Amino acid sequence: MSLQTPARTVPTGGGTPASDDGTTPRGGITGVTTRSRILVTGLLVAAAGYFLLPVYWLAVASTKSTGDLFGSFGLWFSHPQFLSNLHEVVTYDDAIYLRWAANSLLYAGVGAAVATLLAAMSGYALAKFSFTGRDTIFNIVLGGVLIPATALALPMYLLFSKAGLANTYWAVLLPSFVSPFGVYLCRIYAAASIPDELLEAARIDGAGEVRIFTVVALRIMTPALVTIFLFQFVGIWNNYFLPLVMLSDSKLYPITLGLTSWQSFADRQPQLYQLTVGGAFVSVVPLMIAMVALQRFWRSGLTEGSVKG
Amino acid sequence: MATRAPRRRRNLAPFAFVAPFLLLFLLAFALPIGYAVYQSVMDVEYTGALGLGGSHTVFVALRNYSDALSDHAFLRSVGRVLLFAAVQVPVMVALSAGLALLLDSASARGVRFFRAAFFLPYGVPGVIASILWGFLYVPGVSPLVDGMRHLGVSVDLLGGDTVLWSIANIVTWEFAGYNILVLVAQLRTVPAELYEAARIDGASAWATVRYVKLPLLRPALILTTVFTIIGTLQLFAEPLVLKPVSSSIDSAYTPNLSAYNEAFTNDNYHLAAAEAVLLALTAFVLSFGFLRLINKRGGDA
Repeated sequence: MSLQTPARTVPTGGGTPASDDGTTPRGGITGVTTRSRILVTGLLVAAAGYFLLPVYWLAVASTKSTGDLFGSFGLWFSHPQFLSNLHEVVTYDDAIYLRWAANSLLYAGVGAAVATLLAAMSGYALAKFSFTGRDTIFNIVLGGVLIPATALALPMYLLFSKAGLANTYWAVLLPSFVSPFGVYLCRIYAAASIPDELLEAARIDGAGEVRIFTVVALRIMTPALVTIFLFQFVGIWNNYFLPLVMLSDSKLYPITLGLTSWQSFADRQPQLYQLTVGGAFVSVVPLMIAMVALQRFWRSGLTEGSVKG
Repeated sequence: MATRAPRRRRNLAPFAFVAPFLLLFLLAFALPIGYAVYQSVMDVEYTGALGLGGSHTVFVALRNYSDALSDHAFLRSVGRVLLFAAVQVPVMVALSAGLALLLDSASARGVRFFRAAFFLPYGVPGVIASILWGFLYVPGVSPLVDGMRHLGVSVDLLGGDTVLWSIANIVTWEFAGYNILVLVAQLRTVPAELYEAARIDGASAWATVRYVKLPLLRPALILTTVFTIIGTLQLFAEPLVLKPVSSSIDSAYTPNLSAYNEAFTNDNYHLAAAEAVLLALTAFVLSFGFLRLINKRGGDA
């Protein structure tokens, strides 16, 4: 499987294309008229406007003073003061914002890395070994994909508080280590891409199972692993319910929880409106850049999950 | 003997690989479910006058469930998310499929840009998306509401009849890009020869979409539909964030909000557990039912 399929602009057939403009891009079958091109482009532009408008609003709003946030036209600049807003965001309350950002990075980074490794190990084992209980395990994991995470968070909180784990880093990290969907993807990917002969050959050469996994399997599964890591990272970063339920100490908050705590105090302290908006902008921009830059990696694994159906 | 030792190690290897995940899966999935079920059939009872004789936990069988199911606010919240799902799931899937097909169509230019633009909101956490759209819904702050008022259209995006659909808009905005990416990826796996064959057969663009592309999209459409159903029933952050600006959202607006409120405001963990179990069951039955329905139909075709 390729990471990215380049758009094909070369005519696929050997004959002369009879279409109006002479090109037959991928997916194109009939002649492309100017009218249909204008229609398609128009619809795509309208959709892009819809998806980008709130982001644009956020960018503009993050440059405004609290007064202008409410008193000026939302879609245009008014007395831009982005740097002083930024300074305010990162220094407010002993730089708690930076701490939230670091917490988010810790939760999402460590959580996603461990989840990916565990998913790779079990997906590989479920795909490449036959052992009793294999199908049972796989079906239970599949059931896990269908259970809404928020239904689990409450009882998990009760269990964790009994074990003294609530309101600690572990309360958010431990559940983040588990990705049933990751196991599902890894199993399908490993089954399709790791040849049994390769494993047999390695065994005959005297390699141990752990070595075969780390040297052979992990390398072949890398595209799937990148996808799972990204999924899990964004999932943890965006998660709100679990940290909300688990954490009471604001020093442990991830950025999502921190920003809503600012927002909830804003009617008493109007300055916090601007901090919420500015903080949201600062937190969202790096992720958006990463999102766009890493898009091709996402796509590589996305369809694996849907082959079964 | 020499050959037996490695063989035995090989038999243990798969278990060693699966064990760490399974252990954590039990901790984070099986145990909480079991505990929620246990909590949901228990309750705290107080003895003595005014309950001063102390409290103890007793088995109450399905009483918490019957309490939950006879609580009008909770029932309304369930009805609300089901109505939400009935509208949101088809709209989301249709919009995503439509935009994916447009991106894949022969007439599309700037595909990279559009794909990136559509996918961008997926990186915005749900609470932040809700904070954002919240500003865009409040009259006086929102350029949209003010702009519409200038055109003579006055809508209250946070009113009782509309706020559910304002939330639907936030959810669509967040996740459509992800679904589009899944569907576009699936379309890319279609071999070019198939389109060639359709072209030679004289199929129109619409016929190709209907008879070639949509059937090929089926597995990806099923996947996105199931995920949308599960996601929809979990509605929590969006109504919670909009609550301060909309008087139509109460503390039992969605089942999740209701369970959260029972647990952390009313200290009624047992009722909250029953509500959480009901929510998980509903999600499971709907997703599973949808998969069964689709597979049965697929088998006949």
